[in-house]
Amino acid sequence: MTKQTVDSRPAGPKPWYDPRIRSIFFQFIAIALVFWGGWTLIDNTLSNMESRGISTGFGFLKETAGFGIIMSLVPYDSTMTYGRTFVVGLMNTLLVSAMGIVTATIIGFIVGVARLSSNWLVAKLALVYIEVIRNIPLLLQIFFWYFAVLGSLPSPRQSVEVGGSFFLNNRGLYLPEPITQEGFGLVWGAVLAAIVAVLGLRAWAKKRQLATGRIFPTFKVGVAILVIVPAVAYLAAGAPLEWDLPALKGFNFGGGITIIPELAALWIALSLYTASFIAEIVRSGILSVSKGQTEAAKALGIPNSLTLRLVVIPQAMRVIIPPLTSQYLNLAKNSSLATAIGYPDLVAVFMGTTLNQTGQAVEVVAITMAVYLTISLSISLFMNIYNRAAAIKER
Amino acid sequence: MGNTMTEQTQAPESLNSVPSQKDESSAIIRVEGMNKWYGDFHVLKDLNLDVRHGERIVICGPSGSGKSTFIRCINRLEEHQKGKIIVDNIELTDDIRHIDTVRREVGMVFQHFNLFPHLTVLENCCLSPIWVRKTPRKEAEEAAMEYLTRVKIPDQANKFPGQLSGGQQQRVAIARALCMKPKIMLFDEPTSALDPEMIKEVLDVMIELAGSGMTMICVTHEMGFAKTVADRVIFMDGGEIVEQAPPQEFFSNPREPRTQKFLEQILQH
Repeated sequence: MTKQTVDSRPAGPKPWYDPRIRSIFFQFIAIALVFWGGWTLIDNTLSNMESRGISTGFGFLKETAGFGIIMSLVPYDSTMTYGRTFVVGLMNTLLVSAMGIVTATIIGFIVGVARLSSNWLVAKLALVYIEVIRNIPLLLQIFFWYFAVLGSLPSPRQSVEVGGSFFLNNRGLYLPEPITQEGFGLVWGAVLAAIVAVLGLRAWAKKRQLATGRIFPTFKVGVAILVIVPAVAYLAAGAPLEWDLPALKGFNFGGGITIIPELAALWIALSLYTASFIAEIVRSGILSVSKGQTEAAKALGIPNSLTLRLVVIPQAMRVIIPPLTSQYLNLAKNSSLATAIGYPDLVAVFMGTTLNQTGQAVEVVAITMAVYLTISLSISLFMNIYNRAAAIKER
Repeated sequence: MGNTMTEQTQAPESLNSVPSQKDESSAIIRVEGMNKWYGDFHVLKDLNLDVRHGERIVICGPSGSGKSTFIRCINRLEEHQKGKIIVDNIELTDDIRHIDTVRREVGMVFQHFNLFPHLTVLENCCLSPIWVRKTPRKEAEEAAMEYLTRVKIPDQANKFPGQLSGGQQQRVAIARALCMKPKIMLFDEPTSALDPEMIKEVLDVMIELAGSGMTMICVTHEMGFAKTVADRVIFMDGGEIVEQAPPQEFFSNPREPRTQKFLEQILQH
């Protein structure tokens, strides 16, 4: 458009009246401002740090940390490096985020569907749950679970005990730990074989349904295969598994697996809180499918459960996925509230203790921010791929 | 023809005295003293209707007269509160199994088509035969293609509903209903949402279907269709069946003043 105006006149407008030149000019100014701001920031920081004698660089990651962490998925003790504390914190963050996403999704879908139930009590219970949980700050809920609920459990000596192998007290939930003996490889092999068999069975059942119309009870038979085959292999190998039972040693338990109350409180709070939002997203998704769709399915004699699965959910998913992604991102980022109750996540361990001890603020903050960015972008990427698969069917 | 019932305004016992009525089992749909309320609002008032095998009925009447609600009661998309509806010897009660059985035998075509937008035309047609009738997919697809050919759009089978015109979508909806091989077809204003030039293509399909001996109940304002196809025209107003008669009689010699007024209004143009 602009070009035509320019061409149609013998002499173009003055350069400062030409929209194209104007837009290039303003963009140039904007970029210059950004670079100037960024450079000032970096230069300022570096010169300040230099004047205070703070060394820069990532060398501190190789130094000995010298502090203990109450929970780690990888082997860790205080003689290890700061780099190791980063790994421990990262693993703990990923653990609670992944657990939270799974349970929040399950609870959220159930509550969302329950909210639409024609059963008055079920619908109102779901409504109350949503309205209470999503209107109370998350930090408060984490405190509630940590101090009020889990904190009021009995002391180790008065533990709630099940069969001498499960113990619940205010230090956590103690479970027996399976320790594999020689010959356990056979069981792993059997598990693998069972999975392959079930996948094969599924393919066969689908093919048979398409060919003959008969529906095979894939789920039940699949579960049976998954249980029975490894069980038989386990017995055949001479039960190569020993259990390390937790036992009271002094004031606390030793041995077995421990789920610390910090993890439990954070996990429960994150799941319930995020689930209340997911429930509303699921409800809006289902409501976005017009009533005519369910009526058409009913008129064809399709039972309600199949209607939900074949007609409603596939259409609702397109509405649900984008906001659901946001909730997953929120959950992953909210897991940093772990610091408040001392769950050793990335922020607590790395941005907390490690930062305090080393004083390497810029590096530590940069690494931590980069990690959250990476986690969030990964979730987004994964959900976008899924979204595309669900959305492409429109036309 | 079609004179199986007297006017419903008369007392129910006079039903049995109608001479032309054959044995009761010949009625594929039987509605007796049916009433429906929406809260306090009495939508359907004491309706009686017998439909014979292969009979073609057109229901007309002003908007809000309850005609759509009435045919939606026949496959229980709406619940009635009083009276009986017996379809193909099964009474519609709260029993889900009865409802699903009836729905399998009763096809329905909606004003707004209600095709499943996430499935192709062919998948729309095959969904219920595969999942409800447990037909093998190949068989279901072959049958679907046959019906799509019958409604003259076999070439659109692999497109999505959103890619078709209104008339084409409605013809797919008819094919989808036929794929269940129903004994009865209900049409709820099938041409009301269509552009004028598309109405004819849908009506042609419906006329062809009527010729094949299908039992049909059709709520429509297409009086031309009623004249050519219907065995009986029913006029509803205010939730009541005001008058019913074979089309020649209905259009040339309406007895009730309300019918006369309605016909005057719609036939003026």
